[in-house]
Amino acid sequence: MNEPVRRLSVIVLAMFLTLMIAASYIQVIAAGDLNADARNVRTLYREYGTFRGPIVVDGESVVWSKPVDDPFNYQRTYADGPLYAAATGYYSIVFGRTAIEQTENDLLSGTADSLFWTRLSNLVSGETQRGASVELTLDAEVQQAAAEALGDDAGAVVALDPSTGEVLAMVTSPTYDPALLAGHNTAEVDENYRDLLAQEDGPLVNRAIAGDTYPPGSTFKLIVSAAALEAGYDADSELYAPDELELPLTTTTIENYGGESCSANERQTLEDSLAMSCNTSFANLGMQLGWGVVERKAAEFGWGEQLSIPLAVTPSRLPEDPDEAQTAMASIGQYDDRATPLQMAMVAAGIANDGVLMRPYLVDNVRDADLRVIEEYEPEEMSTPMTRSDANELTDMMVAVVQSGTGTAAQISGIDVAGKTGTAETGTGDKPHTWFVGFAPADNPVVAVAVLVENGGSAEGEVTGGRVAAPIARTVMEAAIAAQGGS
Amino acid sequence: MATVTDVQVRTGRRGELALLGLAVAIAVLARGLVDYHADFLELDELALYAGGWTIVALGIHLAIRRWAPFADPVLVPAVLALNGIGLAVIRRMDFAYAGRGRDTNFGEIQTLWTLLGIGLALLVILLIRDYRLLRRFTYTAGILGLVGLLLPLVPGLGSQINGARIWISVFGKSLQPGEFAKIAFVIFFAGFLVSNRDTLALAGPKILGMRFPRPRDMGPLALVWAAAMLVQIYERDLGTSLLLFGIFVAMLYVATERLSWVVVGLGMFAVGAVLAGSLFSHVGSRYTAWLHALDADVYSSGASEQLVRGLFGMASGGLFGTGLGEGRPDLVPYAESDFIVASIGEELGLTGLMAILTLYVIIVQRAMRTAIGVRHGFGKLLAAGLGFAIALQVFIVVGGVTRVIPLTGLTTPFLAYGGSSMLANWLIVGLLLRISDQARRPEVMTP
Repeated sequence: MNEPVRRLSVIVLAMFLTLMIAASYIQVIAAGDLNADARNVRTLYREYGTFRGPIVVDGESVVWSKPVDDPFNYQRTYADGPLYAAATGYYSIVFGRTAIEQTENDLLSGTADSLFWTRLSNLVSGETQRGASVELTLDAEVQQAAAEALGDDAGAVVALDPSTGEVLAMVTSPTYDPALLAGHNTAEVDENYRDLLAQEDGPLVNRAIAGDTYPPGSTFKLIVSAAALEAGYDADSELYAPDELELPLTTTTIENYGGESCSANERQTLEDSLAMSCNTSFANLGMQLGWGVVERKAAEFGWGEQLSIPLAVTPSRLPEDPDEAQTAMASIGQYDDRATPLQMAMVAAGIANDGVLMRPYLVDNVRDADLRVIEEYEPEEMSTPMTRSDANELTDMMVAVVQSGTGTAAQISGIDVAGKTGTAETGTGDKPHTWFVGFAPADNPVVAVAVLVENGGSAEGEVTGGRVAAPIARTVMEAAIAAQGGS
Repeated sequence: MATVTDVQVRTGRRGELALLGLAVAIAVLARGLVDYHADFLELDELALYAGGWTIVALGIHLAIRRWAPFADPVLVPAVLALNGIGLAVIRRMDFAYAGRGRDTNFGEIQTLWTLLGIGLALLVILLIRDYRLLRRFTYTAGILGLVGLLLPLVPGLGSQINGARIWISVFGKSLQPGEFAKIAFVIFFAGFLVSNRDTLALAGPKILGMRFPRPRDMGPLALVWAAAMLVQIYERDLGTSLLLFGIFVAMLYVATERLSWVVVGLGMFAVGAVLAGSLFSHVGSRYTAWLHALDADVYSSGASEQLVRGLFGMASGGLFGTGLGEGRPDLVPYAESDFIVASIGEELGLTGLMAILTLYVIIVQRAMRTAIGVRHGFGKLLAAGLGFAIALQVFIVVGGVTRVIPLTGLTTPFLAYGGSSMLANWLIVGLLLRISDQARRPEVMTP
């Protein structure tokens, strides 16, 4: 009976070999597919259950992973959630990630290629993998001031450091608290999300960069002015500024704001036209320059560009091949002109920085768990839309806007502020969107800002950029100057 | 019959002591890791545990020296290592369940069962001084096995847990009589086959170049087949059914040296399984859950959920595992018993699972070696049958978890949480110790 026992041993070996092959198949070959299976909550737990790096503003963590006693091990926690929501986004086990939580996910979770050596040394030392911390360019005080100034009105504020492109403030209103979506109770998170979606004013929308784009209104006159300066005009060039401008081949006419007259003799300098925000002169100027010239200048300031700061920015756009009448309308920021608040802040920043536009960015640096800098973002020139002298001339014109024109509400005592107001018809019968773009101090700018208040916000009566948006811009610029002086 | 007359004077007891030390070290280290990762590590408590294991190991060693001095020296250390890893993993599950608000003390209960099991094995080598004694109880064992198998079907006594009716409740405790029936049947098969092997080995018609047994000799096989089918259908226990039938076919093959029995047996089982699958929905759904485990509708119906969750767990472990206490084995239902293999795959990785399987291979191969070494036909069949019982049980349960065969409700010997299984498997160890002691004992000393 020994022979069959030996054969039985071989059969037993074959049986165990089968088990080993099956286990190898599951744990090695099929492991990728099984781990990627949507039904595998383990993947969710592992992904969402690891320590995730913090998001830092001014050296303080505004978002961090707090150890908790549940299957996920860590709870994403937000200090000042609503204030930074536009930049940080949310981190939800149900709805995924948005904004920085999404774009910098590799680094925050610690799986990025640049963290390879950190991971390797952690493996050797037996430490658990820790995500990198992402420091934003935001300035806490500017951000706070912008959010408070905007208040509950729907709109957005973007502040840039014109010399670097750093985003100092990015505020959108209304906003939301990411903590509502970061909870581990999926039913609750689900309900919170549906509540947010149901709100008509869209709190999840980042109006600063990725909401609906807005007609820029009179702030677009900065582009036309820049194009005119390049074409040989100067601040004192006299423009045709009638009370009513008849549009070619149509029966419609363009009037000035409130039907006012720009000039008694239908002539007005470029500087005065900008200061008063004269519509007829700029519409006419646009037609004389030709749409192609204006369009090219706008493109140099960033129109049409698909920016990633690294949050994706909706490209601002302009009408294609407008006829004469449409060109006239588009030259005063109406018709099909559309811009994001970030785009308008870039216009101010480009002028402020002697005509050199810096590429805007939101992430300053990334540090691994041992606080070693592993990525640092360097300022980068994006384009040179204006010469230094043209930029300085336009700056002087913008200072006049604030000193004696439509933008007086943006004045800061002792400091020259350059700016431009905008009051953009929405074409829907609602109140106009109100804008202010500008920078300060005019001679040595530390901040460029764009403020948009949708439909004039809660202001009563007649709303204009000068009345609604300019005071907000002033507050933001003051905060930035104070922060600059303090640091 | 052929016998091995190789005289061995070396008992291997000292080697066994060293291996026992290794097994104790594995058990203590595993528990230390589990406690450490659960933030529960107290060194004096771990020292107590280590001391307890050392005493137990020394006790086993001394008992074997006294009552079975020539017993196989590798068997007990391998079993003890498995047992120690099992205890650590079960304790780890206690911590995991506690983290989810479920209060369990599987680890402590299992430690108690382990001690009882070891005691039972030592009792076997103390009381049964000659395994041949068992042959006298061939038919008694057969009847006991049958009764044990059918007990769960008795109304009021048997209870159905997780779909399988393989439990009986005695004084509020659940017992799986099938685990003990398995041993009784091996004794019965060994006694029956050693007496009837000549008849069963007689030639019959030749089909496809293979000599098949005469139809009139098919009686015993048909009987066991019928019993296996009944178990599968009425106790909803494909595992035990496959186990008993497999053991019988294997022992029949060893006794008769005729491959044709295996062919006939496997053919009958396959036909029976397919028939049962198509006739009885609860059997059929097991096959569906096996073949289409990952299909969306099968998974969402819950039929394959446990299996697939186990696969997810093993996949997340990968090659080296998450580390003891670092994974999420608690996401798999019954991670401490039926799916303990998936828990090990997750936390100790493929590497750990391979080590576990290798320990089983060692245990089974020692049993087979004993079968070859022992002189008496009854002993050969008994040792081979017991060894194959362990091998087949591991194959059925691990194969079920790894999707080699449909999932069944058997326990993983020495690892899984469960008292009946622990006692029964240590009983097998006791019997193997006794047989190997006699197999390795020098001729002159045979009583």
